[in-house]
Amino acid sequence: MNPVQVYERTKERFPAAVLEVVEKAIDPFAVIDPAAIVDVCRFLRDDLETAMDCLSNQSGVDYKDRIEVVYHLFSYRYRHSAVLKVKLPRDNPAVATVETVWNSANWMEREIFDLLGVTFEGHSDMRRILMPEDWPGYPLRKDFVEPLEYHGISTVRDSAIIRLDAKKK
Amino acid sequence: MPLLNTLPEYVLTTKTDEMLNWMRKSSLWYMLFGLACCAIELMHTGGPRADIDRFGAAPRASARQSDLMIVAGTLTLKMALRTRLLYDQMPDPKYVISMGSCSNCGGLFQLAYSVCDGVDKILPVDVYVPGCPPRPEALTEGLLKLQEKIMTERWLTKQSNGHGELVSEA
Repeated sequence: MNPVQVYERTKERFPAAVLEVVEKAIDPFAVIDPAAIVDVCRFLRDDLETAMDCLSNQSGVDYKDRIEVVYHLFSYRYRHSAVLKVKLPRDNPAVATVETVWNSANWMEREIFDLLGVTFEGHSDMRRILMPEDWPGYPLRKDFVEPLEYHGISTVRDSAIIRLDAKKK
Repeated sequence: MPLLNTLPEYVLTTKTDEMLNWMRKSSLWYMLFGLACCAIELMHTGGPRADIDRFGAAPRASARQSDLMIVAGTLTLKMALRTRLLYDQMPDPKYVISMGSCSNCGGLFQLAYSVCDGVDKILPVDVYVPGCPPRPEALTEGLLKLQEKIMTERWLTKQSNGHGELVSEA
């Protein structure tokens, strides 16, 4: 099955959940309704034709007007893959966790929460994974401003290297 | 009457400061503490080929038994607080070698949001070893430089202020 066939099959099962299928991309992807993402994922995993038994990557992107969470699925049985995306509002983005479908989503969702501030509802352990607990803001957001100081440690260093972000400050 | 040639052969004379410094420089126990890829070179330096043990430097697994901290690798802001804690746990006299570009100034990751640009923002550094990462020879050279530095200290007339810097007792 190629990705587009996977999306067609998903659309047959969930006509309202597949909002858009983009074929002209390096990795063709389907945009899924955030409310239905868990059902779609569970269907793609359990369906014998698709059998997406691996969530190979889960990531997040900040597009300034919205935040997208991207799911890269892979099937070890059929060696085919698919990409799902959900679009979320930038203010308080939240989507249901797929940790109940693939356990590997646990840490990847924590990373997205850590760096982009997407809350995954129903996640068993929703806290930062990389940054310190008391870190202000979400570093991969486009409007993130690096604090000048962290616990008394200055984050600016005078050096011969031209600070590329100096103009912004 | 001059002391020279009047004592038996097995008696050696030296200055107390020099004896103290000689003993200290000859048993610089460093903490097992690696942060990134520099730690691989640090392990090499402790291994049989570079063999830093021949200068009296042996790895210790506890900060409370160490004299020397070799900061090997990228220091993140999250780790910086822990590094400071480990340094505070070391007994005086204590020394710090900053190993590699990252701990010298932040190196490649200087502009990253999560990286502390240089370990000298949180600790007093005695020797900086450049390189990315430095070869074991370079780190050995850094240790020898530190030994030279230790030999210049005057512990009878000065004492440490607890931050590795020497201040006058008076």
